[in-house]
This record gives sequence, structure tokens and C-alpha cells, in this order.
Amino acid sequence: MGSHGIRDRVAIVGMGCTPFGEHWDLGLDDLLVDAVTSASSAASVSTRDIDAFWLGTYLSGVSGLTLSRPLRLKNKPVTRVENMCVTGSEALRGACYAVASGAYDIAMAVGVEKLKDSGYSGLPRQSIPGDGTGGTLGTTTAPANFSLLAPAYAERYGVDLAELKDVFSRIAWKNHHNGARNPRAQFRKEVDLETIACSPLVAGNLGVFDCSGVSDGAAAAIVVRAEDAYKYTDRPLFVKALSLAAGAADGNADPAYDFTTFPEVAASAREAYRQAGVSDPRAQIALAEVHDCFTVTELVLMEDLGFAERGTAWKDVLAGAFDLDGDLPVNPDGGLKAFGHPVGASGLRMLFECWLQLRGEAPADRAIPPTGKKLGLTHNLGGGPGECVSFVSIVGTEPSA
Amino acid sequence: MTGLLAYGTYLPRHRLRAAEIGRALGSGGGRTSRAVASFDEDTTSMGVEAARAALAGHSRLPDRVYFATSEPPYLDKTNASVIHAALDLPTSCLAVDFGGAPRSATGALLAAADAEVPTLVVLAGIRVGLPGSTDEREGGDAAAALLFGAGSADAPVLASVLATASTTEEFLERWRLPGSDASRVWEERFGEHVYAPLALESFHSALKAADLTEDEVSHLIVCGLAPRAVKQFARSCGVTPGRIARDLTDVLGNPGAAQPGLLLADVLDRAAPDEVIAVVHLADGVTTTLLRTTEHIAVGRRAPSVDLQVRAPASEVSYTTFLTWRGALHREPPRRPEPDAPAAPASHRSSGYKHGFRVSQCDECGAVNVPPSRVCYSCGTADRMRTRSLSRTAGTVVTYTIDRLAFTPSPPMIAVVVDFDGGGRFRCELADAAPEDVRIGMRVELTFRRLLTANGVHNYFWKARPVTEVGEAD
Repeated sequence: MGSHGIRDRVAIVGMGCTPFGEHWDLGLDDLLVDAVTSASSAASVSTRDIDAFWLGTYLSGVSGLTLSRPLRLKNKPVTRVENMCVTGSEALRGACYAVASGAYDIAMAVGVEKLKDSGYSGLPRQSIPGDGTGGTLGTTTAPANFSLLAPAYAERYGVDLAELKDVFSRIAWKNHHNGARNPRAQFRKEVDLETIACSPLVAGNLGVFDCSGVSDGAAAAIVVRAEDAYKYTDRPLFVKALSLAAGAADGNADPAYDFTTFPEVAASAREAYRQAGVSDPRAQIALAEVHDCFTVTELVLMEDLGFAERGTAWKDVLAGAFDLDGDLPVNPDGGLKAFGHPVGASGLRMLFECWLQLRGEAPADRAIPPTGKKLGLTHNLGGGPGECVSFVSIVGTEPSA
Repeated sequence: MTGLLAYGTYLPRHRLRAAEIGRALGSGGGRTSRAVASFDEDTTSMGVEAARAALAGHSRLPDRVYFATSEPPYLDKTNASVIHAALDLPTSCLAVDFGGAPRSATGALLAAADAEVPTLVVLAGIRVGLPGSTDEREGGDAAAALLFGAGSADAPVLASVLATASTTEEFLERWRLPGSDASRVWEERFGEHVYAPLALESFHSALKAADLTEDEVSHLIVCGLAPRAVKQFARSCGVTPGRIARDLTDVLGNPGAAQPGLLLADVLDRAAPDEVIAVVHLADGVTTTLLRTTEHIAVGRRAPSVDLQVRAPASEVSYTTFLTWRGALHREPPRRPEPDAPAAPASHRSSGYKHGFRVSQCDECGAVNVPPSRVCYSCGTADRMRTRSLSRTAGTVVTYTIDRLAFTPSPPMIAVVVDFDGGGRFRCELADAAPEDVRIGMRVELTFRRLLTANGVHNYFWKARPVTEVGEAD
């Protein structure tokens, strides 16, 4: 047994991403058609040229027909996948492995979600008959699950909860700052620190501005063998690592887990760095798109992804290390916080920002500083503290020597 | 000898002052208060708490459970079976409801005392009335549980039943149509008129059967939901006022079906050996029960006493909170999907955990798996588990949050992660606490609650609550 990775065996040669937001006038089919056609035209291919499709959606549709019907794909292999908030990344993973295996020449990964038709704020949920005990997760909402991190982090590292709240506000401020420069983002206004800090509390010390946007949207990527990449574009993105970790859901069972980390994220990051040959992520990575479903999540991810030592990321956040002009820009597109979080699309939306930034196509006002670094990281997480699935990908503009 | 082997009571932590009702309704107040069951409590869940107190540390388990209440959470479905499950009793144990009127409490008590096998009687009441009514102001919420059976060396009889005598008569004094939200009463003076001779006849017959006189009664307990008749009997029965037990209505209100058990427990909490206790219950007729305490009464008492619970720091609720908790104020629900009702097959499969809080412990490595799991989280071994209940194990809060978005009848929801003493971790709600109370390191114990009612199904499960000097886990 062994995990071997597919470093530099496949490449992304075309991507598309719809604006994220409250698309009252666009249905799921519209979002899919928009994302798929823009990805196809970016690679100058037609959907008829694509051999296989992976569609990720959390709750907006079932089966491959959800994609083949609106796109009128005739008898193509279309696989529908779901892995909570990692759904979009799961679609990418399927497409990449399919091409790497030699089974197909061209594959497409599509992620989509239509959340705003539910009439609810927050995420809808699967209705699976149960015993009413809530299992290991209890009966709390998503913001409450993630807010469990804050008192534990404060206690463990001796940080005052009020100071930690400033750190959270700083993260939200940064992501709104970036989102304001992104025409596809759901929220396109900068928000001052005081407004963020004083927003109504949702769970624990997380306020409304500590939570990501609930939105509709879709994103798509076209995957080909690395050696074919330059047939489609002169600036492909080579896939260096794809790493998925589903936890044993033991954090809510094992008293050894202390709610200051996502061990699943740390494990998936280690594996991704191994596959990609990255030894110093903070120094080697040009930008990181991480799963900032809540501000506290982004703080903890900085440590789990190896961007900061344990118990110190909060200082780096306050020092601006992860700002657009910091030494490691995190979520330059605004992240889940400002870009929005249509669940099944988010993983591919992160990849889309790497696509723009690493290939020099990001708008000037949110382009990351030219450092010569050629690697981008996406991190996507589903679940919460104690039990989650975590995905890390690393992509780069050049195949390794 | 057969008799009372154990008893326990449960008083919810919340109180509503008559003055608060007066303030809200612009009517008169008064100096009294009433006990109020929390939004997540009903007669079944409070009955479980009282029964847990009664059976704490007790080796003799009941063969029968009799549950009496006039506010049953379910009809057509036995509520006592929930209590049976929460107490983790064997399937061979009978569990039945005595429903309808507060008089069922006396019926259940007598049936338990008469039973030839160890029998637990559980009495619970949640009394409500229309806004502004006497019933609303003077009602109360409480539960009591008493275990009867043959005494043994490790479970001796604390009090024996000397005699009982009942009178029955058909008259319209208090009544409620099924489904209506309040009971109705005829003019109180009429009730007083009918009860007076019935009470005296019952009392004298019981004394005669036990070959006792009024003077030999050390503690007289008079209960019932007709206060004029109750007072009138206490005055006229010939027992000196100093021997008439307090009825606690000024601080707790009258908890209906639970009252005979609650007041008997309060007397047992301080009675000396070899004292005669008379319980006179006025309810559609009158029943007098005479008991005599034994020399074991002092050692058989279980914490917490009624008095300790009465004097414990209480949380005072506003009138609007009270109305909301009792479903009398329809509030805007959160804009979120409503919780699903628990599914019957899934609930049945997990009943040992859901009701009895039975978890699994790995034979290979000893790790405690909550919820029970076939594969151990710690060592990965499959199907080498034994189960045991952690329902009486205390724990410590590891982290917490205040969930202002969760679907709950009483937002915000307080959620905690609890590590049990001796192993096992549990994520649950924190009951009977305010957001400012919760902190890392806080000591908690489990309490059986009704999480919510969805689609006509009550979802019972366990929550944590702060350990207090009253609720000290054993």
C-alpha cells in the first residue's frame, strides 16, 4: 500500500466561475451552463470534446443528470459527488485521477450550489431519519460548532478572548478588503473593523461578520494530461498534489482532542506537501485559498496548514502576514467570507483564484505581489471541529524538473 | 416487612413570582411564587429525575413502575415506558400509566404499596391555567418517586403503611375536557361543602383501622387542588395545628398529582423513627394513608432533600418566558429548517443510549465510546465492547458555545463538550444555566430532558446541567 500522488501528471487548462451571490433570477441550470461554457471557451473546447464529467453538489441535485440534462450531454459518463463542503474539490479529484489513469483524455470538474431558493438563512441540511440524539455532533448549528474553537484556543494559548475577537475581526476585514476588489464576489464592500467587531453575535463570540456568505454559484475546471496541456493553453496549471482526509470523527469522542486544531487538516496538508515536495509552505507558496467558513476557522487553519507555529498565528494575523500584500496572501479573492459559499462550488472557486493569480490574470488591484513563487494552495473543509473531511491541493505554473 | 424502601423528589430550578404575573397583567400580585418546569421538561422527564433520586445507590430495582400524572406528554402511548427506559430497567419490569385526574396519584401509591413485588410509583405535575387565573398563579411543577417493597438488610423499610381508607363520590368540582388548555372549577364553597364529610369519614376510618387516635398522628399532610376544602379539613380534623405539615404552596405552588408524594417526602426528610404520618388527599373523594416510620428512616434518606431544593438558588423567570415555555405564547420561529422528528426504528435501536445513556467501553483498551460504537475510536478494535450507563457520571466542561441560531424553544442554546470522570466525551446542551454561567472547567452532571417536540413526537435525551450543592452527582 502507499499513496503515490499524481504530481505533474495532469494539468488544468481552462476554468470558469460565475459570480457568487443571491441569484434570484438564475436557476441551477443557468449557473451550470455559465460555468461550463466559460471553462470550455477558456480551453477552446466544446463540451462534446470532453470525455467525462464530475459534478459536485451538496444538496442542489442528485445524479449525473443534474449536469447532463441542462448541458444536453449525450451519453457521457457524468458522476455526481458529495463530500460536504469539500464537494467541489472532490469533483476535481475525480476528474484528475480519471485523466491520470489514462482512462480519459479530457475531463471536467464542475461544482454548483443553489442555496438561496430554500427561503432560509444558513445552510439547508440533509434530512436523514435518526434517533434524535444528534450523534456525535449534538444539535448545534455550524457557526456554533466552529465557535467551540475560540474558548479552547484562548484557554490553551493564554490569549484573552477579547483579543482573539480582534484577530477574528482582522481576518474578516482582510477578506472583505480582498472581496471588494473582486467583481465575482458576493460582498464587494470593504467593512471597517468596528462594524465587524460590533456585529450581532451568532454563536459564541462569532458575530454575523465572522460568518461566510450564503450564496448561489458554480465553477468548473478542465483537466488534461500534462503533456497535452500546451495544446489548450500557453499557461496551464499543473496539479502537484491532491490530498483528502476524512477524520475518524474521534474529536468528539476522544478527550485527548482539545478543540484548538483540525487534525484532519494537518494530516491532509502533510500529505499534500509530501506529494508536491514542499518543505516550507510559508516560504514556498505564493497564495493560499483556505476554507474560512468562519473567521476562527481561518485562524486555526494557518497553524494546521503549517503557515504559523502553534499558538502564534493570531499574532501573524494582526501583523498582516496574510493580507493581500503580506508575505503569504490568504484568500486574495475574498474567501468564503466575501466571495460567498455555494457549498459544492467553493473548492473549485478556490482553484479559480489560483488560476487567475498564478497566471497573472487577477485584476491589478488585488494581484498578489510578484515574488516569483509559482505554487498555489487550496484548502477545503467539511464538517467541523472534532469531525471533518479536509482537502488540500497544490497547483503550480511549471512542471518540476 | 413490606413498606417504603426509598423516595426521591425533583423540583425544577425555575420560579415565577405572583408579583411578576401581576406586573405583566396589571393585576394584583402577592408574595407567593410557584415552581416552573423548564422549556425542556415535562411530567415524564421530571418523573425520571425524581426516580433517579429515589433509586440513587439503591441495589433493589423495581419490578413495576407506576406513573401518575394529569398532564401526560403522550396519550395512547405509555409514558412510564420512557421512565423505565431512562432508568435502564430490565424488559421484565412492568411500566404503566395512571392517567386522567390528580386522584390517580393516590391510586398509584396504594397500588404500589399493595404490590407483592418491588414497585416504584412516580408522581408528576405541571399545573397551568389561563393567563391571570388562580390555577396559573397557585399551580406548581414537581415530581416525586417512592419505592415500595419487602425490606431487606441492605434496603430496609423506612416507613410501613398502617392503614388506608377512601371515600368516593361523584360531583363536579374540578374538570377539564381532553385537549383544553385549562381546568375549570365550580364555586369553591361547593367543593368545600362536599369534601368536608368525605374527608372526615376517610380520616376516621383509617385511624380506626390502624387503631390510632388523632393525638397519635405526628405529621398530618393534607393535599388537593381545592384549597378551601383542604384548609377546612385541617382545621376541623382534631390534629393540633403544630402537627400539620407545611404544604409549600406559597413557594412552589400546588403540583397536583405530585403533591402527595412531594409533601410526604418533605415530612420523611425530617421525621423521627416510630412516628405516624397521615396523608389525606382530597381529589374526587378522599383517601387517607397512615404510615409509621421505622428506625431506618435516618439512613434511608437520599439527597437532595425537599428543603434543600426549596432553599436552593432559583432562577426567576419572567411571565412572558413562562408563557412561552408552556406554549401559551406563539413566538416567531427562527428562519431555519425545523428539526426532524426522531424516527421510531432508529430511536428503538438506540434506546439504550438515547434513554438509558448506555455507552460502550472497549475490552481491549478501556476507552469509553460515546455514543456507543462497534469500532473503538482509540484502538480500532471491532466488536469487543461492553456497554454501561454513564447517566450518573459527572464530568467537566472542555469547551462551550452559545448558539444563538439553533432551533430551540428557549434561545440561546448553550452547548458544551463534556469529558466524563473516568473517560468518555459528550457534546450536548447545557440545561438550567445562563450564558454567563458557563466556563471551561465547570462541573456538570446529566439530566434527562425533552429536547423538543417535532411533528408530534417528543424527543427525549440527556443534557448536562451544572453540579450544585443540590444536584451533587453521587
